[in-house]
Amino acid sequence: MVEESDVRVVRFGGSKINLRPPIISTDSRFVLCTSGDSVKVYSTRTEEWLHSLQGHTNQVTGIALNPANHLQVYSCSADGTVKLWDFIDGILIKTFIIGYPLFAIYVSEKHEGIVFLHIAMDTDSKKEGFQLVAVHLPKSAEQEVEAKELSAVSSHISPNPSCTAFGREGQYIAFARNLQLNVYFFRKQKTYSFSLKATDKKGAKNAFTCIACHPTDDCIATGHEDGKIRLWRNFIHKKEYTYSTQHWHHNAVNTLCFTPEGTNLLSGGIESVLVQWQYGTGNRKEFLPRLGGSILHVSASSDGQLFCTSHSDNKITVIESSFKVCGVIQGLVKGDAVLTDLMIDPRSKALVLNGKPGHLQFYSLLRDKHLYNLDIVQQEYIYEAGLDQFEVVKAAFDIKGYWLATVEERGQKSADLEFFLKLWSYDERTQSFVLNTTITAAHTDRIISMCFSSSEETTMLVTIAEDGQFKAWCQGVDDQNFWSCDFVGSYHNLKPTNCSFSADSSLLAVSFQEVITIWSPDTWELLTTLCQPPGVIRDLCFGRLSCSKYLISTTTRNLLCCWNLLTCAFLMDSFSGLYTVFVFKPNEPRPLFTHKNVCSEKIHRAVFVPREEPLNNCDESSQWLNRSQLYFLTQNMDLLTFSTATEEDRMLSSSTRLVIDDSVAVTPFYLLLGKHRQQQQKLNTPSHQAADRPQQPQGSVTITELLHTPAHVLPPASVLCSMFVSSLLISNTGEEDSEGEMEACDSQQELRVQGSVDEVTPKLSKAQERELKRVRKTDFSWMAGLIASKP
Amino acid sequence: MASFKPTKVQFLPKLGEKVTEETLYWKNYKSPVQIKEFGAITKIDFSPLPPHNYAVTASTRIHIYGPHSQEPIRSFTRFRDTAYGGSFRGDGKLLVAGSEEGLIRLFDISGRVALRQFAGHSKAVHVTSFLSDGFRVVSGSDDLSCRVWDVPSAVELSSLTEHTDYVRALAPSKLNPDLFVTGSYDHTVKVFDMRSGSSVMTMQHGHPVECVLLYPSEALLVSTGGRYVKVWDLLKGGQELVSLKNHHKTVTCACLSSVGNKLLTGSLDRHIKVYNSSYKVVHNFDCDASILSMAIAPDDEALAVGMTNGVLSVRHRRHQKDKETLTSRRRRGPSYQVFVKGKNFVPRQDDFLVSKPVKQYLRKYDKQLKSFEVSKALDTALQTWTRTSKPDVTVAVIIELNRRGTLKNALAGRNEESLTKILNFLLKHIFDPRFSRPLLMVGDIVLDLYQQVFHESPVVERLLQRLMEVLGREAELQQELLQVLGILDTLFASLTPRKEVMAHAAPPVAQESQLQAA
Repeated sequence: MVEESDVRVVRFGGSKINLRPPIISTDSRFVLCTSGDSVKVYSTRTEEWLHSLQGHTNQVTGIALNPANHLQVYSCSADGTVKLWDFIDGILIKTFIIGYPLFAIYVSEKHEGIVFLHIAMDTDSKKEGFQLVAVHLPKSAEQEVEAKELSAVSSHISPNPSCTAFGREGQYIAFARNLQLNVYFFRKQKTYSFSLKATDKKGAKNAFTCIACHPTDDCIATGHEDGKIRLWRNFIHKKEYTYSTQHWHHNAVNTLCFTPEGTNLLSGGIESVLVQWQYGTGNRKEFLPRLGGSILHVSASSDGQLFCTSHSDNKITVIESSFKVCGVIQGLVKGDAVLTDLMIDPRSKALVLNGKPGHLQFYSLLRDKHLYNLDIVQQEYIYEAGLDQFEVVKAAFDIKGYWLATVEERGQKSADLEFFLKLWSYDERTQSFVLNTTITAAHTDRIISMCFSSSEETTMLVTIAEDGQFKAWCQGVDDQNFWSCDFVGSYHNLKPTNCSFSADSSLLAVSFQEVITIWSPDTWELLTTLCQPPGVIRDLCFGRLSCSKYLISTTTRNLLCCWNLLTCAFLMDSFSGLYTVFVFKPNEPRPLFTHKNVCSEKIHRAVFVPREEPLNNCDESSQWLNRSQLYFLTQNMDLLTFSTATEEDRMLSSSTRLVIDDSVAVTPFYLLLGKHRQQQQKLNTPSHQAADRPQQPQGSVTITELLHTPAHVLPPASVLCSMFVSSLLISNTGEEDSEGEMEACDSQQELRVQGSVDEVTPKLSKAQERELKRVRKTDFSWMAGLIASKP
Repeated sequence: MASFKPTKVQFLPKLGEKVTEETLYWKNYKSPVQIKEFGAITKIDFSPLPPHNYAVTASTRIHIYGPHSQEPIRSFTRFRDTAYGGSFRGDGKLLVAGSEEGLIRLFDISGRVALRQFAGHSKAVHVTSFLSDGFRVVSGSDDLSCRVWDVPSAVELSSLTEHTDYVRALAPSKLNPDLFVTGSYDHTVKVFDMRSGSSVMTMQHGHPVECVLLYPSEALLVSTGGRYVKVWDLLKGGQELVSLKNHHKTVTCACLSSVGNKLLTGSLDRHIKVYNSSYKVVHNFDCDASILSMAIAPDDEALAVGMTNGVLSVRHRRHQKDKETLTSRRRRGPSYQVFVKGKNFVPRQDDFLVSKPVKQYLRKYDKQLKSFEVSKALDTALQTWTRTSKPDVTVAVIIELNRRGTLKNALAGRNEESLTKILNFLLKHIFDPRFSRPLLMVGDIVLDLYQQVFHESPVVERLLQRLMEVLGREAELQQELLQVLGILDTLFASLTPRKEVMAHAAPPVAQESQLQAA
């Protein structure tokens, strides 16, 4: 067993960006949101991710603009620190060490130098007791400051951070917990509390879910579990308070927000409808329906021109004040569970998995960006708690990425199960998948698994179901364009568990409980049966390339079995271990690589993804990572991967480049030259990415200099021209080198297949390569003379 | 912001024949006009001249009908016994007919009395026809002979007695005036050449021949008899090209359509089958009685069928014109200009096009579903027109309501009238395999909801009674089908060799799932 320090587990695909309300910067150019242990900055106009503020060592739990300086932002984290950032340049200004895990942050203009934080009452946060504390941030020039001046404002507050809000001009703070609304007046140093009954005659549930205070008026809006919104007034007097009730939401109100002028109140809930109530006119409201997942947070920019909603499907929507959606920032959608496997679209090399309910999402791993959602169910989604919805449970691509098969299911819990098998073909013109065939009753019981044949010429789909049958589906029986059933097979009425095609699709393996049956797809003859050691088979996979004679299966008893199909001999290995990743070569019983305790949760799925360009890693232990990358998904829907040192260097360089691009000021020259440079980049990126990289810093210095300087102080254009043009040139040697490299990797790339388990051929080392190139360049013309003279 | 996704109406293909161009062509006939004759109609012949009148031989008369008249425009009644085989000359001016007593009569279309009488046959003459030169008549008789007569002099030119049984079929060649084909009850089809005075070709049909027919090219010959229709290739010396067995009773008549030379055959089993050029049945006409004779007008304008019960049924082609008269009666919509206004503008090269947002048009039930008016949406889907002509839309709305979990709400609180509507819909469609699942669910919910109040309305109660009856019958039927399936399974299992034990149940199930998949 090899334990390798070189290979590191890295989080991928970003974390949730919808944990806390996003913030829009004062100039409405940026949106900031928490994402795992960093704060991400997006552009509101282009929806692009600009950079992230990294430095926290644990989940970031809150962000707030510094009221004293609108270019700075406070962030608090569960690691017990509050950090102050310059979010435009991404510079950490200060770190305040509080010492307790923090859960939310609030600031107010009136209380300069003071932040209000949620901390756990006791040191163990399980008790759900939270308190609100005010922390005086000491003024000092040092980078790291310990802030120890904690003064409790209130204890026993709700763990939900949207249940706390500052009132008009920071005069009071309102916070609600369960059925009680508390208002703390700073001047009087007093807390007034108002409580509601748990239920009334009509069965209303009155628990508070969120709170918002009017910016100019003494009014507090509270949202309730049954969808009511109450507007509290006159709460300065303990007895004579009044409230009015408005009701539109049919489920709990998740969030409330007043616009900065206080003319409108925004509310959102599970229905995914943003409701705008006109303040003071009673019941006049506007709606913006079907925004995506249920709305978790709403925030408004300080000039009231933009609103931001964050949704449960890991999305931030930017909305203009005229109620028009103008931007969508989408992260990796994290549903409840990935029912489909992790898959790789053979065409775009994108990771494919469950996304929004009823959709498949395509996520580009290379660019770390959400590409698009493919609507599988094609039905209006009804946002209602406890409704049984159609879910995509299975999906499979054929080897060329031309066909996609999906299974959607509804009513897993109840007796009447509905499911559809759908086949999608790739449309070159629209660059997406188009529905070809819908099969309503493919099997009599639910489909367990399916796979496409791996041959290039004919595509065949095999589905196995709980009714004990497996069916083969083919396209174009009697010249029609749609798919129909070709063969139905079963084996002693046993329940099948999995199926797999061999690399040349001359064999189909179907496992029935503890037996593997091998079929010939041409004649549908049962060739042989292989009996396993005890334990029901869970997964089944054929080897690829040189290992295509091996059939690998896993059982419920933690066994990995390997069959040599030429001799029908049996190789076996048993292993166990919690939270461990093993990597095997099919022809060796010992694991090639083991990584223990990868993360603190169960690993559910894993997939090999081919790299765009292979790494030149000669290290014995991490060679298997050279041409493909292993991604795996944990129980909590975190996407992880292994990364090596060389890779991380590369990542770093690419991220710095992005920052430079954005910081260029918009001068007339920029418009002119920026366009030119984008075109150039476009030309470069597909083929010579490697060549572009070393060139960039040198060239960009000249260009940024040129672009930053105002036009009237620039030297004449004739002087600039030659300098500028020479900066654009790409040196000869670098290009040649990289092209040779690319060719080599292209040929290897084709052999790569998702989920492959082939052995890795050792790559030539740098020195060897150079030697080879030298031999190639040597002049062999003297040989010609030799040959000519011979006869 | 995503737009509202309308309810998906599932298109489930119906099982059965596929719709092709040919079926559409043959379906394009109006419902038949029925004319009652005095006896079994043995022969129908269309005049080759427009307006294509046709002669109908039945009992002791020959009637001539105009293309659209239901009353005979002329009738020849001077027969002492049953008349047979009235057929026109090539110019449509003369008509010849045989009779039971053995006399052959020649009529002028405009006259009443026979112009000529050919006497010589000793028994009934069932088939008569002009040869293509128009001066000679050929006849086939029950006295086993075929005779050729000269029209101007009314004398017998020759007598051919090669058949050994009744001659009941005859077809003269249109290209050669000396050739004709006869079919007889001695199971043979013979081609006679008047120049040699004897048969030049003999083909064994294998059954008593009822009808022979030459293709216009006269390379192919069709003979019918027994349950078989056989096509012979004359150029290959009378080789059998194809033998068709699509009828389950004797095939009595055959004719060729003038558009594309499609073969039509009529039989005592009351069906007319239409074959395509590769002799596959593409269409089927049903009649009320056994068919004895059939003819199709030039350009397929009308199909006349004569039956044993003396009913002549004529189907006329439906024309585009008829439809136009229907549409012109309808209210005129906005003019063409309204729809293309601004749409035919071609932008110039440098123009920047601002596309107008496409307005999404929703159906009424979708609009109601969008605003969560579930009961109203169900009402809309149950409107008479939707319910009767597009039941799949109604069922789609029901499925959608069920998916939203509001089907119960939509069904609740209905009065007797709308409940009758629902129950009638159930009665009609609950056995349709496409709809039965959601409809059974609807039935369950209706029973749950209205259990207490059923007895208040006799109408609803009666409908429920009927529903229960048909459900019981259906359950019995299903049980029987399962039994048959079990029997078939054992048969298949015993048929397959021992080696392939695994795949025994494959063929029937595969077919079944194919049907489902289709």
